[in-house]
Order: sequence, then C-alpha cells, then structure tokens
Amino acid sequence: MFEFIAPLFLALQKATGLNFSPFYNEYDFSRLMTGVQTSLLLIVCVLIVSLIVGLLGAAAQRSQFRVLRFLVAAYIAMFRNTPPVVQLLFFYFGLGALTPQVDMGGWYEPMISSFGWAVIALGIFGGSYNVEIFRAGIEAVPGTTLEASEALAFSPVQTFIHVTMPLALRFSLPALASNLISLAKTTSIAYVIAVPEMTYALSGVWNDSLNVGEMMMLLFIYYISVVAVIGAIMGRLEKRLAVPGLGK
Amino acid sequence: MTIMKALIATAAFVSSFATAPAFAQDNSAETLTSVMERGVLRVGVLGAFKPWSFRSEDGSLQGIEVDLAKRVAESLGVEAELVEITSANRIQFLEQKRIDLIIGGMYDTASRREAVGIIEPGYWASGPSLMARNGAIASWEDVAGKPICAKQGVIYNQLIETDFGARLMAFGGNTEGKEALRSGKCVAWFYDDSSIAADLATGDWEGFEMPVDALFVNPWAAAVPLAEKDGAFGKILSGLIYGWHEDGSLIALQKEYDLQPTAWLADMHESLEYDRSYLDE
Repeated sequence: MFEFIAPLFLALQKATGLNFSPFYNEYDFSRLMTGVQTSLLLIVCVLIVSLIVGLLGAAAQRSQFRVLRFLVAAYIAMFRNTPPVVQLLFFYFGLGALTPQVDMGGWYEPMISSFGWAVIALGIFGGSYNVEIFRAGIEAVPGTTLEASEALAFSPVQTFIHVTMPLALRFSLPALASNLISLAKTTSIAYVIAVPEMTYALSGVWNDSLNVGEMMMLLFIYYISVVAVIGAIMGRLEKRLAVPGLGK
Repeated sequence: MTIMKALIATAAFVSSFATAPAFAQDNSAETLTSVMERGVLRVGVLGAFKPWSFRSEDGSLQGIEVDLAKRVAESLGVEAELVEITSANRIQFLEQKRIDLIIGGMYDTASRREAVGIIEPGYWASGPSLMARNGAIASWEDVAGKPICAKQGVIYNQLIETDFGARLMAFGGNTEGKEALRSGKCVAWFYDDSSIAADLATGDWEGFEMPVDALFVNPWAAAVPLAEKDGAFGKILSGLIYGWHEDGSLIALQKEYDLQPTAWLADMHESLEYDRSYLDE
C-alpha cells in the first residue's frame, strides 16, 4: 500500500509543491498511523466512559440520599464550568504526581499513562454533560404515562426499567449525539499531555517538514470523517429506535 | 502553542520572499564608521536568557553575552548600548539598522547565513542532550524503549526515536516537559545541553544530572548586517571571538557563571590556542 502511494505523492510534490510527507516518508507514515490508531482508540474509550458516567450520574441524581444528589450536582458544576484543557493538565500533572510508579525492569513508569489520564479526564468531562442530557430525557417522560404504568400495577423499579428508561433514551438521543460529536473533537486537546493522537502526530510532521497547510488540511479531513461516522451511527440508532407518534 | 508557532513560521517564510535583502557587497564599512562617529555600539541581546543575558536584581542587564558585548565596545573604544531583542525579531532589528550587532543565543544555520552576516568562529555551542535522575541513564543507548520527555517543535526530536528507539513524549513547553520528568512520567528530558546545564546550575534540580554528551553541537554565532560580514566590522569581530577562544576567556566566563564545562569550548580553545613554543629557546 505504502509502496504504491509513495511515488504518487512524490510526483504530486514535484508537480504542485504540495508536500504530503506522511504518504511518501516512512517515518512520517508511521507517525500518521500511530496518530490514527491512538486517536480512534481514544475517541472510543472516551465516549464509552462518558456514557457510563452519564448513566451512573443520572441514576444517582434520582437517589433518595441527599449527599449523593449533592455530590452529583457539585461534580456537574465543577466539570461543566472549567475548560477541558485545564482539567486534563490538572489530572495529568496534579493527580498524576500522586499515583504509584511501576517498575518496568530497571526504570519506572507511572501506573496511569498519559493516554489513561486522557480517557479519565475527557470521559469525566463529557460525562458531566451526559448526566444532564439523560436527566432531561427522564424528565421528558410524561407523568400520565407513569400514572398509566402504575395503574397497570408496575412497581417503581419495573416502571423505571420498562417504561421510563426506554422512553428517556429516545428523548435523549439528539442531544446525546451532538455531545458525543463534540467530545470526539475535544480529544484533539490530549496533545497537551503528549498523547500521540492525530493532532500531536501531524504537528510533529509539520514541525519537521514545514508543510503546515497540507497537514492542517489532512487533520481537517480526518476530523470531518470521524464526526460524519459518529453522526451516521447516531442517526441510524435514532431511526431504529423511533416509536411512531412519540414526542409529536 | 505549537500551532501558533507553525503559523508564524509560515507567515515569516512567506514574507521572507517579499523582504529578501538586495544584493549588496559584503565588505562595507558603514556600520563601523557610524559606530565610531556615534561613540555607541548597539548590541542586541535576549534579556530573558539566564545566564547568557538577564536582568539582575538592580534592573541592569547581566550575563555572559552582555559581558561579551561590553568587551566588543571596549575594544572599539565606544560605549555599549544593550538592546533587548527576541528570537523572532532579532534579524529584522539588524536589517533595519536598529542594532549594529547580535549576540543573542543564535544558532548558526544555513538559512540564517542568507539573511545576516554570521561571524566565524561561533562563541558558544550547544546541542541535544539529556537530563535524568542520577544514575538512571548512563549512555544514549540506555534510552531504547523508554519514555523520554521533550518539547514539541524542536528540530532534532525525531533523532531520539529513529536513532535510539526511545518513546518520545513531546510537550508544549519546557516547563511541562521538565515537570513531567520531575514527577516521573519519563526517564529523561531531551533538550539543549546549554539549557540543561543552566537548569542544573540553578540548584532546583538536586538529584538530577546530564549523563551524556550532546549528540552534535551547533555553534552560536554573533551576527552583523550581511553587507558587513567581510568588511572591517565583521573582521574585527571575527578576530575578537578568535581571541576569546585562544586566551581561554570564554572558558573563564563559563566557570564564572557556574556552568558545566563543555567539550566544544575546550576543543575550540585547544585547536585555536597559538603554539608559542618556538619562542622558548
């Protein structure tokens, strides 16, 4: 594959001056590949963590324990009102200094890598929005529906699992889709703690080859493609789960 | 931040076509004449570049490069006026004749030689080296497979991956990179040996060392306007700097400012030291 495209891009550079070094320089190609893999893995992990945090947070918000409800409210206030870059640096340099070191056979490395901290920090950041999105979905379920299920002798737990949850999920989907897309884009800031994702990889390339414009273009295309895929998945999910007449 | 830098670099690159210096003879005596008439030599120094040039507690500029600037003025019998420059504007300052001379931590590179009159020999030199906890690293080969911190956008970063198989972790700034080393996120900090030596000299890095010699050394050169390189002014500077190597005064400055001795200065001294043995009968 690389052997096949390399001459094409070398010819392109000769003809037009456009320097797409990752497609003909082997070192830059390896950087690009690491960047794509790390970035995709980071996006998947962050989205999953944020969904789990969102569901747990929304459940805790409905708890009868006042302390738990207060903690969730404090968490949301803290993580929605501070910039994600600051959170990332806080987790990596602040909390990261307190985590134990692991012996790697002669040298030490922190137990949680920069990738690990990026998943934790961005997952928690995105989760704080998801909590509110799920809460809004739950609150959108009409009271009359809940009364109807009560009249059918459903217990509160049964009502939540069989009636509230399925409807709340459908109400949440549009807002959830836009938050997940925004979160996927936010993973690009992980480069400040040296996670070798796309932005980090390509900024390394353009620093060495001074092909800033071309690499920015590549980065742009990459994120548009990723966002398009996430958007398509969420759109399909919405269509599949659509209940005729719901929300009309 | 690196993105900003890249944009600025592109802008500078593009604008360099617009302001390419006109072809001029390179042995003009204009600067020397105007310095002598004015009685003042205007030298550009960085100003926030300890210990080469920095503001002391009383507000005056001090440091190795400041001392060198004063020596040049003294040799010419004029006053030295220190002008603070940055690495982004120093070449423009010189081209616009706002300063007569740059002594400001500038690497001698092929592209700079096209813009300014680089004076040979260089008066200092630095290159990529490592800072690590005492005993953690013994040689360059030791970095294989280990995480090494660095700064994003440094031109030699890829060497440590391609030549030594290290895992590079590049951060946006020096402070983050060095903090990552301090908190154990990597086994070494990969950066200029002169900067590492200066960090070690501050005493804030107890328990750390520079265990290896620089991979290569790039001289730092003084610069005059391109047209003066082979003129009287350029030749006087060349001679002065040669003399500082020859008589060991650069090595003396290194000692005075508590910097670790570097092989480059020692080698320059040795190779340029004039053999006067024939005088002993």
